[in-house]
Amino acid sequence: MAEVLVYVDHVDGAVRKPTLELLTLARRVGEPVAVALGAGAGDTAAALAEHGAVKVLTHEAAEYADYLVVPKVDALQAAVEAVSPAAVLVPSSAEGKEIAARLALRLGSGIITDAIDLEAGDEGPVATQSVFAAAFTTRSRVSKGTPVITVKPNSAAVEAAPAAGAAEALSVTFSAAATGTKVTARTPRESTGRPELTEAAIVVSGGRGVNGAENFAIIEALADSLGAAVGASRAAVDAGWYPHTNQVGQTGKSVSPQLYIASGISGAIQHRAGMQTSKTIVAINKDAEAPIFELVDYGIVGDLFDVVPQLTEEVKTRKG
Amino acid sequence: MSLRIVVTVKYVPDATGDRHFADDLTVDRDDVDGLLSELDEYAVEQALQISENSDDDVEITVLTVGPEDAKDALRKALSMGADKAIHVEDDDLHGTDAIGTSLVLAKAVEKAGYDLVVSGMASTDGTMGVVPALLAERLGVPQVTLLSEVSVEGGTVRGRRDGDSATEQLEASLPAVVSVTDQSGEARYPSFKGIMAAKKKPVESWDLSDLEIDEDEVGLENAWTAVDSAAERPARTAGTIVKDEGEGGKQLAAFLAERKFV
Ligand SMILES: Cc1cc2nc3c(=O)[nH]c(=O)nc-3n(C[C@H](O)[C@H](O)[C@H](O)COP(=O)(O)OP(=O)(O)OC[C@H]3O[C@@H](n4cnc5c(N)ncnc54)[C@H](O)[C@@H]3O)c2cc1C
Ligand SMILES: Nc1ncnc2c1ncn2[C@@H]1O[C@H](COP(=O)(O)O)[C@@H](O)[C@H]1O
Repeated sequence: MAEVLVYVDHVDGAVRKPTLELLTLARRVGEPVAVALGAGAGDTAAALAEHGAVKVLTHEAAEYADYLVVPKVDALQAAVEAVSPAAVLVPSSAEGKEIAARLALRLGSGIITDAIDLEAGDEGPVATQSVFAAAFTTRSRVSKGTPVITVKPNSAAVEAAPAAGAAEALSVTFSAAATGTKVTARTPRESTGRPELTEAAIVVSGGRGVNGAENFAIIEALADSLGAAVGASRAAVDAGWYPHTNQVGQTGKSVSPQLYIASGISGAIQHRAGMQTSKTIVAINKDAEAPIFELVDYGIVGDLFDVVPQLTEEVKTRKG
Repeated sequence: MSLRIVVTVKYVPDATGDRHFADDLTVDRDDVDGLLSELDEYAVEQALQISENSDDDVEITVLTVGPEDAKDALRKALSMGADKAIHVEDDDLHGTDAIGTSLVLAKAVEKAGYDLVVSGMASTDGTMGVVPALLAERLGVPQVTLLSEVSVEGGTVRGRRDGDSATEQLEASLPAVVSVTDQSGEARYPSFKGIMAAKKKPVESWDLSDLEIDEDEVGLENAWTAVDSAAERPARTAGTIVKDEGEGGKQLAAFLAERKFV
């Protein structure tokens, strides 16, 4: 069976969930060979093997943290040359898409971004994408070269599928371009203790209706009662009530959780673009005409300051 | 010293309109009203600010690859304050994908002459967010992308990138390709004076032969990717909507319990 390269997103050796989902999809297309780069790369092997990686190519070098994007492209290209894979899969983050695009160009290959599903096909992997703010679903293929495809978080289940997955050193020679863009300072984002927005099974979001930074405590309390991540509309972010890293929508994060709860959000097309593929959608809005109600499985027309705290209390009671 | 900035802008179907596909599964650009991609307004704005904050002689060229109507996008950018415009238009470009578009943009940027390319974070129709990185790869210059803050000083571009796990300060020497996010600062509205001035600003038209690009390197037939099908997403089945009469939170909790979320 042909091998499929999977780019590993990890933080100091801790593999992030979207990469494990990618291994599930990779196994439909071939035998997953993982590529882990940077500090802690070697520590990823156990988790990757448990989820189906037959091999883990690792390379640790300071360049991956000190320079933007290109060193990772050089390494993936070296891995492609070493393995001759049937496809390369990369988690769909902003950086992942840039890495994937430059790799594709070097390989003379096409690139598909933001796939939400992947299947084997006669002419190579077939990717499902959700486009025009999720109004359409397309199926596409890469028609030239080795398919390079980025896949969104929450597109597949994480499955245990033990495989050999031994770590093996990848040999990488950095290109002249590798050191072109220097990272002169890095401030890691502080952890809130809540799940990652893009990975969470439940997302609780607040919009302009929340009406103030201090009121986001109400949204956070509901999120915490459900073990959810907190999201915000751009209106709430632009007003300075919540950090941009939590923005859901076209220019924020795209989320696809099991449950999305929107409070005080009207449901503009750019917001919908980032949440419309959520499995179950719930909204609380005092305007019965708000477009968000076109999407919901369950909607409450009411004041969020009454409904949300009552919901939080009731969830706590039910959970005991 | 002079600084030549090329801003890449895309003409896109209005997101609030009824966007759909044409019969050949390309984005329908005829039946839906188009406009300058809102996310590229931020690129024009940052180019103008770099110019305003610079002691150098700065010339801002806006560049688009697109059908005839794409001139509207150029006009808007010129009325915001850009100096001149280049429109790459050719029937053989229909259906070109991101890899092909980056080729055309790279050739056009090189022909125009540049020290800095400024792009938007993503187009609002394709939403790939890859063209700036592809452009940097093709031009062989640093990519300094997805910036929420950008400045240029003495041949160096610096910026802040708010990534998923960290905020990074970046630095590269010119020439370089930059892309800016919608966090970089509100784009200005064209003034009446700007709109009038734009009418007199030069707009050059180039086709594939001007860029020495073969017709078999671009277009739908030669794309690196193929769309096999596009289906309208079935409308979500109408949900339950209830008016809060004092028990809304409890009713919602019951719904969540029924769906096993609680
Ligand atoms: C290029 C571009 C990109 C964009 N990207 C994004 C993006 O990534 N994400 C995003 O979210 N937006 C984005 N937008 C903005 C988008 O168009 C909307 O402006 C934004 O989503 C509106 O946010 P909102 O729903 O919170 O605010 P509003 O539209 O003002 O809606 C507030 C809602 O709260 C309700 N409300 C008020 N008070 C209460 C109360 N006490 N109880 C219950 N309900 C109440 C109101 O009835 C109203 O429906 C983008 C726009 C553009 C042009
Ligand atoms: N046809 C085009 N003409 C000019 N610029 C473009 C074109 N397509 C993409 N771009 C630029 O590349 C950025 C990212 O686009 P994309 O990768 O398609 O999401 C846009 O914000 C534009 O600055």
